[in-house]
Amino acid sequence: MRRVALAGNPNVGKSTLFNALTGLRQHTGNWAGKTVATARGEYTFEGEEYQLVDLPGTYSLTAHSQEEAVARDYIKSGQADGVVVVCDATCLERNLILVLQVLELTGKVLVCVNLLDEAERLGVKVDLSALSEELGVPVVGTAAGRQEGLNDLKAAIARLVERDAPAASRREPQERVTLAERYAAQVVRSEKADRRRRQQKLDRLLTSKSTGIPIMLLLLGLVVWLTVAGANGPSALLTELFARLGNVLEGWLANAPAWLSGMLLDGVYRVTAWVVAVMLPPMAIFFPLFTLLEDLGYLPRVAFVMDHAFQKCRTCGKQCLTMCMSIGCNACGVTGCRIIDSPRERLIAILTSSLVPCNGKFPTLIALITLFFVGGRSGLLASVQGAALLLGTLVLGVAGTLACSRLLSATVLKGMPSSFALELPPFRKPRVGEVIVRSVLDRTLFVLGRAVAVAAPAGAVIWLMANVTVGDATLLAHCTGFLDSFARLFGLDGVILMAFLLGWPANEIVLPVMLMAYLATGSLVEFDDLTALGRLLTQHGWTWRTAVCTMLFSLFHWPCSTTCLTIYKETGSVRWTALAIALPTALGLGLCLCVSALTRVLGMP
Amino acid sequence: MYEALCLSALQEGESAYVTGVNAGPAMDRRLTDLGLVRGTRVTCVLRSPAGDPCAYLIRGALIALRRTDAEGITLERQAQAVPAEAVTT
Repeated sequence: MRRVALAGNPNVGKSTLFNALTGLRQHTGNWAGKTVATARGEYTFEGEEYQLVDLPGTYSLTAHSQEEAVARDYIKSGQADGVVVVCDATCLERNLILVLQVLELTGKVLVCVNLLDEAERLGVKVDLSALSEELGVPVVGTAAGRQEGLNDLKAAIARLVERDAPAASRREPQERVTLAERYAAQVVRSEKADRRRRQQKLDRLLTSKSTGIPIMLLLLGLVVWLTVAGANGPSALLTELFARLGNVLEGWLANAPAWLSGMLLDGVYRVTAWVVAVMLPPMAIFFPLFTLLEDLGYLPRVAFVMDHAFQKCRTCGKQCLTMCMSIGCNACGVTGCRIIDSPRERLIAILTSSLVPCNGKFPTLIALITLFFVGGRSGLLASVQGAALLLGTLVLGVAGTLACSRLLSATVLKGMPSSFALELPPFRKPRVGEVIVRSVLDRTLFVLGRAVAVAAPAGAVIWLMANVTVGDATLLAHCTGFLDSFARLFGLDGVILMAFLLGWPANEIVLPVMLMAYLATGSLVEFDDLTALGRLLTQHGWTWRTAVCTMLFSLFHWPCSTTCLTIYKETGSVRWTALAIALPTALGLGLCLCVSALTRVLGMP
Repeated sequence: MYEALCLSALQEGESAYVTGVNAGPAMDRRLTDLGLVRGTRVTCVLRSPAGDPCAYLIRGALIALRRTDAEGITLERQAQAVPAEAVTT
């Protein structure tokens, strides 16, 4: 098997090219001993097997970051039969600097000028044969997003691995830049600047003083509203579907012992079905919308607009990007912190990653907002109102992130912000089809699968706790009773706190556990509409204060088990993991205490 | 006319040429990787709502830099003739 490495700057469509070449024949993981992701994939061309190794995207190979060291060591080691350097046709000059660096390590190089379609739209033309002549290596043009030029690339790779060429002599950094400039001047022709001007206009609109922040809030609000409003129907449909399936299962288990059918049906099945019905629709709407914004290139603009706040907190502006990832899934956000170079700033980003609500908390937050603050109504106005309140909750999460980052910067992780340079790649036309497939396969199903995997056993445990009687009450009742007086101090009650504890594996099951405990029937009862749920909660002494405190605690408490494990893996330290658990919990309890004390002092109901 | 200024003082829409990069060793290296060296033409394109950071067009790429880092980069309005020894192959 031939082995070929893919190198290139970030944002040059390297992953798209990798996906287009290898399809689903790929495996991802980490480089041995490093927190740097690696992807390998295979493809066959003219009867020959090829393995592609996707090196981390870097601006240089000077080995000053883990990514650069990984890329450089791999190219130097000679493990690959050839190196393909992927370049962005719209920004060739800068990309050529890396090409020249790779050429100093090995001569078996193929330059792939990607994003030719984007370049065409921007009026940029690249003379590929002239570039090949200047560099002395083969050059192929591709538009990986449109699957163009892939066969030429495969053929060129086949020729590359056969050929033998010596590495170039070492150059000074300044020399490389000058040379790249000269080559680019010879092979790149830029014509109409209209598109570029339009891009700049859009950029100005999205980042200027008067419009940048309002548009950011509006877009985020729109995503949240579409999620809230669009998820209702499918959720109700799924709930009904699962109820029918439950009846069928009940028939099958009619002859089984009562404890077995109880545990399987009322425990495992009902909790799992709830999680799927409540979680799947919002995720299936939120993730594609979010990926769409990502694909468009909007997220770096958000980081640009928000950077000043992060700078004031003495952290890296890229933390804004990892925070956005955390809204999808906290664990993904923690892994995403790898893009931050400074170890101090990366740790801050990891420790504060669970302060923004992930998708799994949305259903609980939405339900409580709808019941207690929108009055349980439905319709357009109510959904806008609900979305606005959910947006407010998100903004509170961002405020918490900033406050805690500042606190960490002033205490355990003292230091000044390190320098940073953030590239704002050109806006790209989102590939809607690919976005939907990618977000549904990679994100939605992945996160849902993980949630189901923990919800099923959790369902059994909860059922057992609610049905095993010790003395005069069930285990669950003992636990909630034990926690009750402590929880009431914070405006919660024992059941709520217990639900959050049992919901450690997945935030999605917090609300169902609460219901199980309140109903004390030992099993989850379905609610066709929210009104019944509201009635149940008020019967158990819920006021708007309870709702506010529960929402605050839902927003700020310990990260879920998956996130905790990811934090431990990324930091390699029990102490930092413990702090990542303690920090949001302390913040949540503190806020709840304030709210409950203040409202009582002021004599509110 | 030669006018010396630093990158952070560049107004939106203005361009100038780099005469010196002195933003700390790590940042200097990163800027070199991005192609920002002596003689490079830089244009200030965007100003964030707070006025800091700003985004600059550097060799066809839009790069956001914070003011403290941009202060270490000195510029002049006009390109100097590039010395011959800098264009060796």
